[in-house]
Amino acid sequence: MSARENILNAIAMNQPELAELPVIDLASTIHYEDSFIQFKTVLESIGGKVELISHITVLKDKLATDKTTGNFIVNTIEALGDVDKYVALLPVFDLEKVEKAYVKGTLGVAENGAVWIYESQMINRLIPFICQHLILVMEKKNIVSNLHQAYQKIDVEKEGFGAFVAGPSKTADIEQSLVIGAHGARSVVVFVIE
Amino acid sequence: MKVALFIPCYIDQFYPKVGIATLQLLEKLGCDVSFPLEQTCCGQPMANSGFAALSKGCDINFIKNFSGFDYIVAPSGSCVLHVKEHLSNEEDGIEASQIRNSIYELTEFLTDILKVKSIPASFPHKVGLHNSCHGQRGLNLSSMTERMLPEFSKPEQLLKLVAGIELKKAKRNDECCGFGGTFCVFEEAVSVKMGKDRVKEHEDNEVDYITGGDTSCLMHLEGILKRQGSKIKTIHIAEILNRVL
Amino acid sequence: MTVKHADLAEKFIADEPRTDWHDDTLWFVREKRDKAAHGLPEWEQLREWASQIKNNTLSNLSNYLKEFEEKAAANGIKVHWASDAKEHNEIIYEIILKHGIQKIVKSKSMLTEECHLNEFLQHQGIEVVDTDLGERIVQFRKEPPSHIVLPAIHLKKEDVSATFHEHLKTEKGNNDPQYLTEAARQHLRNKFVESQLAITGVNFAIAETGGFVVCTNEGNADMGAHTAPVHIACMGFEKLIPKADHLSVFLRLLARSATGQPITTYSSHFQKPRPDQEMHIVIVDNGRSKQLGREDFRNSLKCIRCAACFNTCPVYRRSGGHSYHTAVAGPIGSILNPNLDMKANADLPFASTLCGSCSNVCPVKINIHEQLWKWRQVIVEEGYVAASKKISMKGMSFVFSNPKIYRLLGKTGRKVIHFFPFMVNNKLNPWFKQREMPSAPKDSFHDWYLKNRKN
Repeated sequence: MSARENILNAIAMNQPELAELPVIDLASTIHYEDSFIQFKTVLESIGGKVELISHITVLKDKLATDKTTGNFIVNTIEALGDVDKYVALLPVFDLEKVEKAYVKGTLGVAENGAVWIYESQMINRLIPFICQHLILVMEKKNIVSNLHQAYQKIDVEKEGFGAFVAGPSKTADIEQSLVIGAHGARSVVVFVIE
Repeated sequence: MKVALFIPCYIDQFYPKVGIATLQLLEKLGCDVSFPLEQTCCGQPMANSGFAALSKGCDINFIKNFSGFDYIVAPSGSCVLHVKEHLSNEEDGIEASQIRNSIYELTEFLTDILKVKSIPASFPHKVGLHNSCHGQRGLNLSSMTERMLPEFSKPEQLLKLVAGIELKKAKRNDECCGFGGTFCVFEEAVSVKMGKDRVKEHEDNEVDYITGGDTSCLMHLEGILKRQGSKIKTIHIAEILNRVL
Repeated sequence: MTVKHADLAEKFIADEPRTDWHDDTLWFVREKRDKAAHGLPEWEQLREWASQIKNNTLSNLSNYLKEFEEKAAANGIKVHWASDAKEHNEIIYEIILKHGIQKIVKSKSMLTEECHLNEFLQHQGIEVVDTDLGERIVQFRKEPPSHIVLPAIHLKKEDVSATFHEHLKTEKGNNDPQYLTEAARQHLRNKFVESQLAITGVNFAIAETGGFVVCTNEGNADMGAHTAPVHIACMGFEKLIPKADHLSVFLRLLARSATGQPITTYSSHFQKPRPDQEMHIVIVDNGRSKQLGREDFRNSLKCIRCAACFNTCPVYRRSGGHSYHTAVAGPIGSILNPNLDMKANADLPFASTLCGSCSNVCPVKINIHEQLWKWRQVIVEEGYVAASKKISMKGMSFVFSNPKIYRLLGKTGRKVIHFFPFMVNNKLNPWFKQREMPSAPKDSFHDWYLKNRKN
């Protein structure tokens, strides 16, 4: 018999009588009166930054300014101008030099400051992780109170990859001292469009 | 109210004053207390060491002594928890289960059954309460810092009725003292370190006494305090509740 | 088996200031966990849901695994099955050989620690670079991790500084965590860029989608998995959960329980490989199906490896992770490891005071302290305790079963003391080493009662 059959047989033999799944009652989970404020407070407590903007054009100017610095800036958001589609196939050696990336997020979660990003929004799976600084953009109406609501809105099967990103990369592996910028982005700013 | 008194073996042998205080206190509060004379030990030392199979003789003896009472009360959370969780008798399952349901740790008996609202006791000293794990987490004598539930404490509720007492809360209010039955010798280094750390927090509070509902924890802490030459004394909660000036 | 928890713990505690530091540091993490849990009024309800979901998973595991396999395969992921550590390591080795892989990065996976993958590959002349900062530190030092979430928590920044000076040529004596972390970032970025294979663990695998989730704070799992042309994710079969919706329950609990964060920085949901990538999943048994058959111990398989039980354990905090001499230390390790090797790990269920704090913090409600008690019974029954202990227990049992003998021994000088295991009348009595004995009163309570109450 193969390992697969051995394992599955042993499990089938040893697993207990069927236990029911619980009913997850969303009404009994936390809801915030002002999800944006909660989102901002939590994200800023874990090293991120949140800025409320009235219109996406504000960012257009910002991106344009960034591009004049000579740094490697990547834009993946159509509303901001030309999308740098070529990064999809860029070797990691080059991606490693990305200074700043502008990425659209699908939704934000008030209870934990996380932003969901689909692979299609990243263009290249590495972008939100390998860039030195990450700019996330999303709409205020897409902030939900908690993760239960978030999973109702996203579809994890829709694309090959997706991630919740909550603030900058961090570690406390040396004496529990918090250091921002372990392997991933050193900073995360979330622009929330009203 | 008819009550059977269970005095655990190490209290019987080394801390008879705790037994005496418990008996006098219960009598003072109007209970008709009897002390079954052939009692010995609940069997916990064997069972917690992995020898539950060897505690059968204790179970039989315990059932022989304590069957037929409405209430059994003991000044030890740990022994009560053991009886509640493990007392069994293959031949007489009903008697064992009746005992498991009628045994109470002293403080919960006072707060839940006697519903004591006042105690004629006075103890004008600074006192730190040590919550024994078996009493707190096992018997639910007080809320626990790990759980997100409303706060309460049965022993504290009683101590607050004592005149002149000044209660001081240790920084880590429900950290284990490290006694742990045979753990205290087989893991001597960790056991003592845990005890020293408990003692230190009470010292920082400048208490005169450390009290608690479990003599085993107190014996361990007392051993450390005495070796360190500390002025802090240990005292069982029954002795405080029974103390008049 | 020569090393025992008690001996290793004694060595650890010999450096008391360091022990205090270790204890305080982990207690701080426990307090952060409390604060995070207090932030959610539904905390206890969440634990209950998580527990029930895991109970359901374990009760229908064979079907869920088949469902997962089918979906994962349809998504282009290659699924492998390994009965034990050896098969797990060989599967990975075969993939390495097939691609002629030389550069490997690995993010945290306790399963690969359990299987001793790094040592196995080293024997084949292949080096694996651990990319979690804490794991990289202990890897440089040729030590095992001492904690499943905080692998280098037994070390001080001075230790890390010396290690990095030796291996990464950092400034001698520069102990600044920021500086040291930056050095590791630069060093490991080079490793990521040139990696040919990324090995990751799996936090949750979802039966209904065939996808899996990996959580990190550093971003190291993503840096590897999205760079290397081959990704192997290793999981014990108990990592499964039925539905994607259930992730909400577990992700809400995991980081809050582990470090007090509301969520890990990155919660990465892998569904399909990249177009140019090969993605493998190795599903491992290694004793788990046996544990599933042990009624008293099966629910240890609900564990999501948050390590809250480590941080709250008063013994762990004062004895350090290495005193448990196993890949997974702490209370959960003490109920998992006897299943893997009862003889070698017979000491672990006794390395606890049974205080119960572990069960209270457990986000999936594993009755850890009750299982510790039950393992003790099994270990004694199977004969893995010292003969001397058995003799003293038999003596105690005899005395306590016979009230007359008990009282007789109690009469003169409280001789019954000899039968308390913690009061052995012996010059080497460990009780007496750092504690005074209780003084023996003239009368027992029984004596007093006869004199004062019995007419």
